[in-house]
Amino acid sequence: MTKESIKLVNIEELREKWESSYNQRVNRHPERLKKFMTTSSKEIQNLYDPTDIPEDWSYQEDLGYPGRYPFTRGVQQSMYRGRLWTMRQFAGFGSAEETNQRFKFLLENGMTGLSVAFHLPTIYGRESTHLMSLGEVGKLGVAIDTLKDMEILFDGIPLDKVTTSMTINAPAAILLAMYITVAEKQGVSSDKIGGTIQNDILKEYIAQKSYIFPPTPSMRIIVDIMKYCSTHVPRWNTISISGYHIREAGSTAAQELAFTLADGMEYVRWAVEAGMDIDEFAPRLSFFFNSHNDFFEEICKYRAARRIWAKFIKQYNPKNQQSLWLRFHTQTAGCSLTAQQPYLNVVRTTIQALAAVLGGTQSLHTNSLDEALALPSEEAVEIALRTQQLLAHESGVTNTIDPLGGSYFIERLTSEMEKEAEEYFHKIEQLGGVIPAIEKGFFQTEISNAAYRYQKEIEEKERIIVGVNDFQKDEKIEIPILYISDEVADRQIRRLNQVKEERDNVAVKSALDKIKKAAEGTDNLMPPIIEAVKLYASIGEICDVLREVFGEWKGDQLF
Amino acid sequence: MGPKIRVLLAKPGLDGHDRGVKVVARALRDAGMEVIYTGLHKSPEQIVEAALQEDADVIGLSSLSGSHMALFPRIVELLKEKDMFEDTLIIAGGIIPDQDYESLSAIGIEGIFGPGTDTDEIVNYIKQNLKRPI
Repeated sequence: MTKESIKLVNIEELREKWESSYNQRVNRHPERLKKFMTTSSKEIQNLYDPTDIPEDWSYQEDLGYPGRYPFTRGVQQSMYRGRLWTMRQFAGFGSAEETNQRFKFLLENGMTGLSVAFHLPTIYGRESTHLMSLGEVGKLGVAIDTLKDMEILFDGIPLDKVTTSMTINAPAAILLAMYITVAEKQGVSSDKIGGTIQNDILKEYIAQKSYIFPPTPSMRIIVDIMKYCSTHVPRWNTISISGYHIREAGSTAAQELAFTLADGMEYVRWAVEAGMDIDEFAPRLSFFFNSHNDFFEEICKYRAARRIWAKFIKQYNPKNQQSLWLRFHTQTAGCSLTAQQPYLNVVRTTIQALAAVLGGTQSLHTNSLDEALALPSEEAVEIALRTQQLLAHESGVTNTIDPLGGSYFIERLTSEMEKEAEEYFHKIEQLGGVIPAIEKGFFQTEISNAAYRYQKEIEEKERIIVGVNDFQKDEKIEIPILYISDEVADRQIRRLNQVKEERDNVAVKSALDKIKKAAEGTDNLMPPIIEAVKLYASIGEICDVLREVFGEWKGDQLF
Repeated sequence: MGPKIRVLLAKPGLDGHDRGVKVVARALRDAGMEVIYTGLHKSPEQIVEAALQEDADVIGLSSLSGSHMALFPRIVELLKEKDMFEDTLIIAGGIIPDQDYESLSAIGIEGIFGPGTDTDEIVNYIKQNLKRPI
C-alpha cells in the first residue's frame, strides 16, 4: 500500500468518479442521516480508500510490527497468541470480609487479577467516623481504615500468586504501604509482589475529583513513590495514567487520549527532573482507558495512544525497550449503561470489550448490566466476566495480531486522532503546562462542553440510545439490586475504635510526627508511612498530618 | 413576570460524580433560570446555608454514591429548622434506587430524576412545582 502503487492505478481519479456517482444517487435517494458521526461527534466519511491515507504515512514508521517501534500494532510480539489479556474485575463493597468473599468468588470463576474499589472515605483520606463519611461507609467500595482491614481483605489470597490493582489516588502511598505490609506478614517480600496503584492525581483535578492536596505537593508524593518502588517494589506499576474518568466525565475520545497522555508526559518530566533515569520508572508506568460505544473510534484511540507515547519516550533515549511501551487496562464505559432495559447493557459491554481487545489491551474490566442502578450483584458480575471469556475463547478475534491493521478507515482515523491529540498538547503548552491548565479550568471546561453537547444530541435525537430516546418500553424491568445495609458502617466504626484502643498510641503519635517531618523536608515519605501503617495508624490520621503540611485543594464551581 | 427562578444545585457528601449536575446546571441556565452550583463535597449544613445566602427557590441535590438516605433527610430537617422548607422546592437526581422513592416522597422530595432523564422534564417540573408564582 505504498503511495507509488496508488499512483500507478490512478486511484484519485477512480475515487472522484465514484464520489460523483455517489452524490448523484444521494440527490435522488438522500442518505439516512444528515451527518454520520462517532460517539465523540466526529464526522465520518462515506468511504475510505488509499487516498485517505495521509501523504507522509508509511508502513514502517507509522505501523511497524507488533512488539516493534512505534508499537501501533501492539506492545507484545505475540499478543493474545502468547498470552490472553488479564481479566480483572473491579470489586469492592461493604466491609473487608464481604469484599474478600467476592474476590474469592471471582478467582474461583477464572478471574486472573484482583482490582480493589475503595469506599469514598478511604479515597478522600477520612476515617469512617468522620462527619463527612456519614452515609458513605462501604457504599461505593470496601471500607478500609487501618492495616487491620487490609489484613482481612486479603486473607487467604496469596499475594505472590495474584497481582492487585488498587484504585486509589491521593492516599495511594498509604494503601501501597499497607499492601506491602500485608504481603510481608504472608511471608512475601516486597520485590515479589506485583500490582498497580492508580496514583494519577492529575486526572483527579481534571475529572474524577477525588483530590486532597494541591497539585505541587501531590506530584512530590508521586515522585517519592516512584523512587521508592524502583528499588524496593520493582514489579509495581506506580501510576496508572487514566483516561477512564476523563471520558466518564463526558469528554470525547480525542480529549480522553490527549489529556491522558498530557498527564503521562507531565509525570515523566517530574521524574526526570527529580533525577531519575527514564528506564528506572518508565517501564512501570501503565495506562487506563475507557471503551465507549463507538467501535472503530475506540480501537483507533488505543492504536494512536501507543504511537504517541513511543514517540514521546524515545526523546529520552531509553535503553530498555519496555520504557517505550504503552501498556493499558481498559474498562467498558460505565456512563454508556442505561437504567432503561438494563439487559441491553450486556450487549453494549460486549461491543465495547471487543473494541478493547481489537485495540490490544493488556487487561480488561467488563461492566455489569445493573451498574446504572447500583453496585453489581454476583449474578451480574459473573455474566460480565463470562463475556470476556467468550471473546477470548469463542470469537476467534485472538487468533491473529491486530487484525484491523491496514484498514484504510482504521489507519486514517488513528492518524486523525494522533493529530487531534497533538493539537491539544500544543494548547496545553500555550497555557503553561498541565498544572496551570488545571488551575485555569481548561480541561474541566472542555469536558463539560462535550458532556453537554452529548446530552443535547440525545435530547434532539441526533443520537439514538436504544431504550432511552427510541425503542422505549413502558413496562419497568425489575432486576435484583445489591443493597449495602447501614450495619456495615456500625461494624466498621466499632472495628476502627477497637484498633485504636489496642494499638500502641504513643508509638503511633511518634510515627505520625516522623511523617510530618518528612513532609516538611525532602526525605522520601514512603518509609515513615510504612512505619505508621504497621503500627495501625489510620489512613485518616496520616492524611490529616499531610493536610496540615500541604493544605487542601478546593476544586471549582465551573459548569 | 416574577423574578428569575433561583436554583441552588448541590453535591452532598464525598461523592465526586459531577457530570450530571453540570449538565443540569447548564440546561436550567439555558432555560432562563439563575443557577448557583455549590461545587463538590458539601455537608448538609453548608448546603442549607448556601440556599439561605442565595435566596434559592429550588434546591437540587445530586447523589450517585448511595449516601442520599443519610444526607437528604438531614437537609430537609435543617430547612425546617430555618423555616425555609415551605418556600423551597427540593428535587434530586443521580443514582437513587426505586425502593427509596417512597421514603423521600414522605419527607417532601418528590421530583427525582434518574439516569436517562431529558433535561426538559426537569425544567418543566420546576416551573410547575415552584412554591411561589412564576
